[in-house]
Amino acid sequence: MSTLNLENNLAAPDDFYQALIDVHRGLTDEQSALLNAKLILLLANQIGDLEVLKAALAKAREGWR
Amino acid sequence: MPSAYSQPVFPYVRHPDQDARSPAHHSVIIVGAGPVGLSLAIDLQLRAIDAVVIDDNNTVSDGSRAICHSKRTLEILDRLGCGDAVADRGVRWNAGKVFFQDDLIYRFELLPEPAHKRPAFVNLQQYHFEQCLIDRLRETGGSVRWKNKLTGVTPHSDRVIIDIATPEGNYRLNGDYLVAADGARSATRGLLGLECKGQEFQDRFLIADVLMKADLPAERWFWFDPPFHRNQSALLHRQADNVWRIDFQLGWDADPDLEKQVQRVGARIRAMLGEHAEFELQWVSVYTFQCRRMEKFRHGRVLFAGDAAHQVSPFGARGGNGGIQDGENLAWKLALVATGQAPDRLLDSYDAERGPAADENILHSARSTDFITPKSAASRTFRDAALLLAKTCPFARGLVNSGRLSSASTLVGSPLNTPDCAAFSGAMVPGAPCADLPVLHDGEPGWLLDFLGGEFVALYFCSDDRDIGAIEAALRSLPVTVRLLRVSLQPASFGGATLFDVEGHARQRYDAKEGTLYLIRPDQHVAARFPMFAVGPLRSALARAIGAAS
Repeated sequence: MSTLNLENNLAAPDDFYQALIDVHRGLTDEQSALLNAKLILLLANQIGDLEVLKAALAKAREGWR
Repeated sequence: MPSAYSQPVFPYVRHPDQDARSPAHHSVIIVGAGPVGLSLAIDLQLRAIDAVVIDDNNTVSDGSRAICHSKRTLEILDRLGCGDAVADRGVRWNAGKVFFQDDLIYRFELLPEPAHKRPAFVNLQQYHFEQCLIDRLRETGGSVRWKNKLTGVTPHSDRVIIDIATPEGNYRLNGDYLVAADGARSATRGLLGLECKGQEFQDRFLIADVLMKADLPAERWFWFDPPFHRNQSALLHRQADNVWRIDFQLGWDADPDLEKQVQRVGARIRAMLGEHAEFELQWVSVYTFQCRRMEKFRHGRVLFAGDAAHQVSPFGARGGNGGIQDGENLAWKLALVATGQAPDRLLDSYDAERGPAADENILHSARSTDFITPKSAASRTFRDAALLLAKTCPFARGLVNSGRLSSASTLVGSPLNTPDCAAFSGAMVPGAPCADLPVLHDGEPGWLLDFLGGEFVALYFCSDDRDIGAIEAALRSLPVTVRLLRVSLQPASFGGATLFDVEGHARQRYDAKEGTLYLIRPDQHVAARFPMFAVGPLRSALARAIGAAS
C-alpha cells in the first residue's frame, strides 16, 4: 500500500520547477490550461494507484469547500 | 417525408375475456408490447405460463430508436428462438472509431476474443426488432391484445385487478402478477402514483434515420468537435436497409421544432457527408434524456421492467439491452413461482439483481454524458486533453468516453449466488452470464449457449462417463429439474449425449478441470460452481438459487 509522499522526492527541485514554468512559455491561458490537463493525465497514468491519486486530489483541494 | 418503411397496423381483435361474466384470470399480465414485454411474453410462452400482453397502440415503434442489440441480447434471443431472425436482418459490428476535430484518434474492438457465436452488436431498427419478436410470439402460440389500454390497477395481496379500455368498451382482468413494461412514461407507474427519480441532462440531441447508399464500414463512429459540427458531438451507425442513424448534439438552447425542419436537418447532413450526398430522411426527432430509476422494481405483485423501471442516456446502448435482461431475469422466476416450484420471495431477487444492474447502467451512461457534454470549463479542458493524448498514448483511450457499450451484467452480490467453496480463476464467478464456447455435438459444430437452454443445468466438465448414472439419479432427487450437460475436455469422442470443447476454451473461460461442475440458472447465469460433483452442496445451491434456502 503506497501513500501520497509529501516529503521531497525530486532529485533536482529547481530544475523541475524551471522546466515546468518553461514549458508554458508563449502559450495563452487557454493553451496553458490544456497543457496542464494533459500533464496531469500523463502523470496520473504514471502513478497508477487510485488511492494515491485520490489523496493527491484531496490535498490539492484543501482550503476550499 | 419519404419513407422506405411503412409501419404495420395490427388489428384490434375482440377477446372472449371481454365478454366474461366475471373478470378472467391469468398468471401474468404484461403491459406494453415493446422489446421488453414481447421478449418476456415469448419466454413465458415457452415455459407454458399463461401470460397476456396488452398494448394501447396497434403498431411497432415509430423511428429506429433502440438500434444496438448487444451480444447478450442476441444470446437471450437465441434461447427464445429468434436470434437468427434479428441477426440475419441486422448489421453485425464489433468495432468503433473515435474522431476529434479533424483527426481519427483511434479505433477499438469490442469483442477482441475470437470463438463466440454472436458479435458484440447487431444494429437493427427497433421497429424491425419488435416485428421479429411479434412473429416469434405468434409462432409460440402467443399474441398481443392491441388497442387495449390500461386504465386502472388495483393491487391486492393475492392478485392484481386491472381495468382495460378498448375500442369496444372496458373490461377487467385478474392476474397473479403484473409486469409493467410500458416504457419511460409508464401508465402503470402513474396509476400507482410511484416515482422514478434521478437526473435530467441539460442537452438536446437531434436524431435522424437517413436512407442512403454509403460505402462506409459497419462501425460505430463518434466525433468530438468535428469540423462539420463545431463544439458539439456526432454519432453515426449503420442499420438495416441502407438506413443510417445520425445523432447530432445540439446543446440546451436549441429550438426542437426548428431543428426538426427537414431543410435544416438536410443542411447538417450535407455538411457531414458532402454537398452532393444523396439521401432521404426517414425519421427525425429531437430528444433530451434522463438517468433515473424507481427506488424498487417490485411493488407486491406488480413488477417494473425496462424503461418503466429505469432510464439511461442512449450512449452505451444500455436502455434496450438492459430491459431485455430485466425480462429474462423475470421470466424463469415468474414461471417457477406460478407453478409452485419456488416461493414468492424468489421474485424479491429480481429487484436485488436488476436494481444494481440498473445502477451500473446509470453510472456508466451518466459518466459518458459528462464526458460528451462537459459541465464546466475544467471538465471541457480535461476532456480535450484526454482526446489530444489519445491519438498517440494508448492509456488515454481508456479515459475517452463516447459511451461505455452495454455488456451483460454480472449479478455480483445476488442472494441467489452460492459463494465459491474452492479457488477458481476466470470470469465465471457466481452471478456471471455464461461465456460461449464452440463445441462439437455428434460431430457437428455448435455453441455451448445453445445447449444450455432455459432450465437449470448441471454443466459438468468431465471426459469419462463412469459416474454419470449416479449423477443423473442424484439430479432426479432434486425438487426442480436440473438437466445434466456434459462437456468433455478431451478431443476424442466417447459415448452418450455430450459436447466437446473443440477448441479448448473451457479451461480458460470456465477454469474447467476434470470434474468441475457448474450449476447454471435458467437465464444462463452461474449459480454455483464446484471442483467435483457432490449432491449435498448442489442441493443447497439449487435451494438458494430458487429462493428456498432457509
